[in-house]
Amino acid sequence: MAETALTTPGESPARAAGWQGIAADWSSDQRAFKNVSWGKAMMWIFLLSDTFIFSCFLLSYMTARMSTTVPWPNPSEVFALSIGGKHIPLILIAIMTFILISSSGTMAMAVNFGYRRDRVKTAILMLVTAAFGATFVGMQAFEWTKLIMEGVRPWENPWGAAQFGSSFFMITGFHGTHVTIGVIFLIAIARKVWRGDFDVERRGFFTSRKGYYEIVEIMGLYWHFVDLVWVFIFAFFYLW
Amino acid sequence: MVDVPYDRIADVPPAEVPEVELYHPKSWWTQYVFSQDAKVIAIQYSLTASAIGLVALVLSWLMRLQLGFPGTFSFIDANQYLQFITMHGMIMVIYLLTALFLGGFGNYLIPLMVGARDMVFPYVNMLSYWVYLLAVVVLASTFFVPGGPTGAGWTLYPPQAILSGTPGQDWGIVLMLASLILFIIGFTMGGLNYVVTVLQARTRGMTLMRLPLTVWGIFTATVMALLAFPALFVASVMMLFDRLLGTSFFMPALVEMGQQMKYGGGSPILFQHLFWFFGHPEVYIVALPAFGIVSDLISTHARKNIFGYRMMVWAIVGIGALSFVVWAHHMYVSGMHPHFGFFFATTTLIIAIPTAIKVYNWVLTLWRGDIHLTVPMLFALGFIITFVNGGLTGLFLGNVVVDVPLSDTMFVVAHFHMVMGVAPIMVVLGAIYHWYPKVTGRMLNDVLGKFHFWVTFLGAYLIFFPMHYLGLLGIPRRYHDIGEAAFIPSSAHTLNAFITVVALTVGVAQMVFLFNLVWSLFKGRPSGGNPWRATTLEWQTPETPPGHGNWGKELPVVYRWAYDYSVPGAAQDFIPQNQPPKATRAVQGAAP
Repeated sequence: MAETALTTPGESPARAAGWQGIAADWSSDQRAFKNVSWGKAMMWIFLLSDTFIFSCFLLSYMTARMSTTVPWPNPSEVFALSIGGKHIPLILIAIMTFILISSSGTMAMAVNFGYRRDRVKTAILMLVTAAFGATFVGMQAFEWTKLIMEGVRPWENPWGAAQFGSSFFMITGFHGTHVTIGVIFLIAIARKVWRGDFDVERRGFFTSRKGYYEIVEIMGLYWHFVDLVWVFIFAFFYLW
Repeated sequence: MVDVPYDRIADVPPAEVPEVELYHPKSWWTQYVFSQDAKVIAIQYSLTASAIGLVALVLSWLMRLQLGFPGTFSFIDANQYLQFITMHGMIMVIYLLTALFLGGFGNYLIPLMVGARDMVFPYVNMLSYWVYLLAVVVLASTFFVPGGPTGAGWTLYPPQAILSGTPGQDWGIVLMLASLILFIIGFTMGGLNYVVTVLQARTRGMTLMRLPLTVWGIFTATVMALLAFPALFVASVMMLFDRLLGTSFFMPALVEMGQQMKYGGGSPILFQHLFWFFGHPEVYIVALPAFGIVSDLISTHARKNIFGYRMMVWAIVGIGALSFVVWAHHMYVSGMHPHFGFFFATTTLIIAIPTAIKVYNWVLTLWRGDIHLTVPMLFALGFIITFVNGGLTGLFLGNVVVDVPLSDTMFVVAHFHMVMGVAPIMVVLGAIYHWYPKVTGRMLNDVLGKFHFWVTFLGAYLIFFPMHYLGLLGIPRRYHDIGEAAFIPSSAHTLNAFITVVALTVGVAQMVFLFNLVWSLFKGRPSGGNPWRATTLEWQTPETPPGHGNWGKELPVVYRWAYDYSVPGAAQDFIPQNQPPKATRAVQGAAP
């Protein structure tokens, strides 16, 4: 399994480019996606399924927002902070978005160093990514606390439609859970990288399978997905 | 393996993927209980699903007792009747059929049929079962909590599902939603495994267009489930919040017992859309594995290649894709815009095309075949008949103007029981008779099997066919007691009593089947490795039942499609998928 992503068959004939190549791959035996390992294929398919979950959440929220007869609170006002006497709309969300997108950058670098088998740099960059993620969740906790102090509840809020609070807590909560799970796995995998598990092909505790550096990339797929989802939440919930 | 040179004229290209090490169990616990072997997980799934399915079967008897002899059984009151209906529907559709087809048959057959040693991620596969078991336990626990299980109907429509008038409002609905969420999490772990195994872990020579249709059916259904269950997940989470936190996603402003409730501004129709975006694909998640399995049963027992294999594959894929754009045909009476009704009626009727292709191809496979009326074949034939019957009434209900007066009558009950109740169950039973020898090494008893088939098949017809008539009379579904009304003739009551008697008889026949399953395990005739003389890989394993890792030392190599039955000139009337062309040519002698 370890090498599946990297091996190519002995002298296989060159495959045609474009659609013909895809058709050739799909009509061949053994694998529909050539040079894609099981783990990577599984993560992509999981992300597709997860996309449907977030789409359903966002569509439900949009339906609620469009059909409610009570005015919807103005997100620019609700998510404004006063810093140094200045009233800045959406400043916290802007910082959170910046942090999360930066974490995608460090994740991409970690994947790069992972394939170079640079143990230390990979682990450090993954930990930096995890730190960014944890900061994001922390700021989200701050945001939740602030709103709860102002009287926002899942079932009511001082400014208008009750669905504002319901959707806000549900969607950001579900996304925050994704980020938190990502942080936990980032730390776990960074530990394996640091310890050199993938160099000595140490076996996993639960699965007793050998690990390999591609796991860093699979982790990266998940992390970039979580970031991408945030962009949609940012656009549809905060900017609308 | 990798250094095998590529040879253009070889029958099968060299291996692209080195073999993966298997997880080997170290103790009795990891071999039989917390097992990572897909075959053991499949049996665990099947037993759990059957056990909870039996509960649902008993619930249906209780419902029939009440409907057939209203007022006779004092222990069934209106609330309990609604709870029985809800749990019967939910268990049968999700916890029995979905779990049995995908978790049971999928786990057992996919690795064997594609020539793999196991699922790609056995550990995740194991977790999938245990989360499923937890979901079943949570579901079953609702029978014992205060207030009992929810009585909201299996569709769980808000607002009534979480209002105090509905039984099970305290605990039942909460645990039901929690159980659904768990089921979806568990299923996702298994489903990802099935999809990746089919796509990425086939053996040498096994192209997608050489897969048995069983695998195509299960594979497509799993992909659909991975895309459809998210909608149910989201709907369950939101309703759970409505119930527990007092949010108003689905709850409009309501007055209950003269009191204005705290809800307001939510949309019950939104729930219906989410539910049926899951619910309609769910019908095909149950039907497509049945389509696939029945194709293999018919081909094997009629000793003839399946007619139009490519069309069968594309029909499965086409039905799967179309089923995502028809969901609102369940909502014609919800008051949606007539243009939507037009759109959804059109897409619904278009599904008849690929479905008809499949039915014609099954019949054409039978045409001039060497039909062996074995028990699996009888069930396969029974499936075709009930499915055509249920499918035709689907054409009625797919049309808006016909559906509106028939909506919420016994006609609908008859339709969906025929098409997605009886028909897939026929396939499940046929498949058990077909693959039981592979799982246990022993044949099921034939006489008991034929008895089981005829009582089940004729009984199912006698139960559900009269319901069409009751529905056309206007008798509503989900009513505890239809009472005396001018439009209901007294013969309808007699008919109801008749249906109940037949239903109980069919129920007893299932006990005969259970007895057969247990008895044959010890006393059945030894089957040998390939009792049906079938071509697909699972019958070619070195051991029966297949050992850990399925294939012994060498993985099989596939040289042909799965349907080489009665090939002219061949020594036997079947050629296994892993028989090299040279061996066949040697047997055939001069044949090219």
